[in-house]
Amino acid sequence: MDWANAIDLARFQFAFTITFHFLLPAFSIGLASYLAVLEGLWLLTGRSIYLDTFKFWLKIFAVAFGMGVVSGLVMSYQFGTNWSVFSDKTGPVLGPLMGYEVLSAFFLEAGFLGVMLFGMKKVGKRLHFLATLLVAVGTAFSAFWILSVNSWMQTPVGYTFNDVGQFVPDDWWAIVFNPSFPYRFVHTVLAAYLTTAFIVGAVGAWHLLRDNQNAIARLMFSMAMWMAVTVAPIQILAGDMHGLNTLEHQPAKIAAMEGHFETHAGAPLILFGFPDQAAGEVHYALEIPKLGSLILTHEMDGEVKGLEEWPREDWPAVAIVFWSFRVMLAMGFAMLGLGLVSLFLRWRGALFDRPWMLRIAVLMGPSGLLAVVAGWIVTEMGRQPYTVYGLLRTADSVSPLAAPAVAGSLLAFIVVYFFVFGAGIFYLLRMMGKTPVSGDHGPDAMLPVRAAAMALAPAASQRPNPVGGKGDL
Amino acid sequence: MMIDYPLVWAGLIGFAVLAYVLLDGFDLGIALIYPWLGGEAEQDIAMNSVAPVWDGNETWLVLGGGGLFAVFPLAYSIIMPALYAPLIAMLLGLILRGVAFEFRWRTVRGKFVWNWAFTIGSLVASLCQGIMLGTLVQGIAVEGRAYAGGWWDWFTPFSLACGVAMVVGYVLLGATWLVLKTEGDLQAFARRVAWYAGIGTLALIGIVSLWTPMLQPEYMQRWFGWPALLYVAPVPLLVLAAATSMFLGLRRGYDAQPFIAANALFILCYIGLVISFYPYIVPPSVSIWQAAGPDSSLKFLLVGAVVLIPIIVVYTAHAYWVFRGKVDPAVGYH
Ligand code: HDD
Ligand code: HEM
Ligand code: HEM
Repeated sequence: MDWANAIDLARFQFAFTITFHFLLPAFSIGLASYLAVLEGLWLLTGRSIYLDTFKFWLKIFAVAFGMGVVSGLVMSYQFGTNWSVFSDKTGPVLGPLMGYEVLSAFFLEAGFLGVMLFGMKKVGKRLHFLATLLVAVGTAFSAFWILSVNSWMQTPVGYTFNDVGQFVPDDWWAIVFNPSFPYRFVHTVLAAYLTTAFIVGAVGAWHLLRDNQNAIARLMFSMAMWMAVTVAPIQILAGDMHGLNTLEHQPAKIAAMEGHFETHAGAPLILFGFPDQAAGEVHYALEIPKLGSLILTHEMDGEVKGLEEWPREDWPAVAIVFWSFRVMLAMGFAMLGLGLVSLFLRWRGALFDRPWMLRIAVLMGPSGLLAVVAGWIVTEMGRQPYTVYGLLRTADSVSPLAAPAVAGSLLAFIVVYFFVFGAGIFYLLRMMGKTPVSGDHGPDAMLPVRAAAMALAPAASQRPNPVGGKGDL
Repeated sequence: MMIDYPLVWAGLIGFAVLAYVLLDGFDLGIALIYPWLGGEAEQDIAMNSVAPVWDGNETWLVLGGGGLFAVFPLAYSIIMPALYAPLIAMLLGLILRGVAFEFRWRTVRGKFVWNWAFTIGSLVASLCQGIMLGTLVQGIAVEGRAYAGGWWDWFTPFSLACGVAMVVGYVLLGATWLVLKTEGDLQAFARRVAWYAGIGTLALIGIVSLWTPMLQPEYMQRWFGWPALLYVAPVPLLVLAAATSMFLGLRRGYDAQPFIAANALFILCYIGLVISFYPYIVPPSVSIWQAAGPDSSLKFLLVGAVVLIPIIVVYTAHAYWVFRGKVDPAVGYH
């Protein structure tokens, strides 16, 4: 086995495990906030529908969050096992940021998750709401720090080198708030909110298709569509600004995203086509003249650099970056489209009554997840062949690995992940598919619910415990 | 005054690892005796005695690993590849058992699958943790700034013995936890398990402690040299005291004493380890100061740690306080 093989395997292993990991936070960052909003509304208005909706999603949150935690645990050790040279070199800069993530985010989430899931009867409404809020805040802190880490790898600043070749911090402020971080943070958190909104919307629509009077399903769908119509446009704007920032700091990545092999003044916008890395051109390109320059430089004849400006060994894999980027854009505009349609139907007073609309919303349930993964592939593959952009090559970051060891662990990851996450997704879908019923436990959820749970047990008798792990709070 | 940042951080990371071992130790231990509990009702109680806190417990492991990356990057980048196979097996084990907490409530027919995932995942994780500890103790081959050994170096009789010791020790923690948190038949059963696990743990502590000094001359000097012997002698004596208190507690039917004493046993073993290790972080070649990142990194994170760790300890304690007392099987929180 040769050396390159071990690197490719390690890369694939990282990509595989991080993709699985990120799918879960993308959903749970948004869901944590949604739960906090629902519980807040319940406390504010006293209307039990908010509590019912809260409970419906709480169980789902518990499962998704648990999967997020265990897949994240893997990530924090992967840096060392597979990328030990990277770890040694960047540890002084990136390590403390991840340390802050653990101290300020992970403990916060974990510490209050137990109270949030199990504790309502024990701590009372207000403290329980505080716990929910803190879990939501924890997920946001988590995103803050890890995205700072990632962004520093994209746009490294604020460091010097020491005599053993490590990156050494010079200016922490510059490191944490490195040039691409604000954009990446905003864009990713919005992405998480959209991801959640579209899942919630799809679940609401699914139940509305069965019974369009179901009040809880109406609430879900309506809230989700408000999110779509407000956040999707902001996200597109944020994405555009993110792109301009990338153009400034990683022009080769933009060239790959746009499929520009040649440098142009007045570059076209290539809508579709088949980038051919070897030939250095895009086959069957469908393009709009000048628009590329207009978007990227805000001038008709602005110059846009093509990949020819860089030596070939510094090119990322163009086709993957190019296509992933288009997938993300397609999702973004589809989301905006659905949001606008919902606004129109709402105005006509028919938001819940158009089956075609509800069906589309169901179909678009995974659109956020798809966009998020596609976006990350753009970001990460577009950064290649570097781990720390322009400074540390991927090939020089890897552990002294033996290919069989990596292959073995990769295989083990694949088997376990498909088994565990396959089952998890199945359970999630089944929970989402269960009709949300109002007043599960009567209006006062603060009373011990033994009696209510027992009364309900025969009705929902597929299982001795009708509310599963923590339905009764 | 100059602060010795690497030393402070070695202490903090040591604290995180100890906190992890003690906290996750009992919830892993519960999983290890779980299949032998009397039926589903008892299994539910056992599981619910840890369900609200296990995630927090496991976070100490993230702090241990993340902290190592942050302040001892060299150690992190040597140790992780050296422990490749057991580390990955441990992670996979923790995945299986972590998801079991939720998944087993989500299915009737498949429940048994997740019950086994809970136990087997925990078994693999515990065994691997012991093996990793053993591998560290026996020493890691280093060349330049990288691991220089093979992929199977961790696989030795000594490390396997440590693995078994860890498993038995965790059973002890889990059983004494159940003594503390449950009543009736379940508690009686846990008492019996604790009794045997206590004997096993002591025997294995003895074996590993006598074996360790044979591995490196330096360890031998630490433990049996003169006058070092005088300083370290309290450790084995205190171990005996803790063990006595544990067995007495079990015999007399106290609830809390066995758990506290079992924890004391673990802490003492940990102190023993520290005595062997110091000042190395990757024995026998890389010291705390060689592995440490620059002071600027250590200082930056320390500022946060000093503020946040006490806060974490407080709200973690609060979470335990909220769920204090016996697990009530009737109301439960499931
Ligand atoms: C719901 C998810 C979602 C949606 C609808 C969009 N994005 Fe996005 N995008 C992400 C989710 C995302 C992401 C997963 O969060 C990424 C990966 C890394 C990052 O910073 O955000 C990302 C990366 C990313 C990048 C790469 C930045 C870099 O690597 O430096 C660009 C240029 C854009 N996006 C631009 C857009 C535009 C112009 C969109 C308008 C249609 C858009 N995104 C919609
Ligand atoms: C924010 C935290 C993240 C960090 C610190 C991070 C870091 C890394 C590192 C160290 C590698 C391996 C070296 C390399 O091949 O460049 C990598 C590769 C990769 N990551 Fe990320 N990543 C993060 C988030 C993500 C997310 C959320 C995704 C996808 C959903 C993702 C997708 C990938 C892919 C596809 C690769 C393989 C790229 C390639 O090797 O060609 N990353 N990332
Ligand atoms: C290589 C990169 C990453 C590493 C090393 C990592 C590490 C971890 C770890 C160890 C956990 C478990 C925490 C616990 O024990 O409670 C976790 C969970 C989490 N991570 Fe990541 N993570 C990475 C990427 C990301 C990214 C890109 C995001 C979001 C932008 C993110 C957001 C979260 C969140 C919100 C959680 C809480 C669990 C959940 O919501 O499902 N992580 N991560």
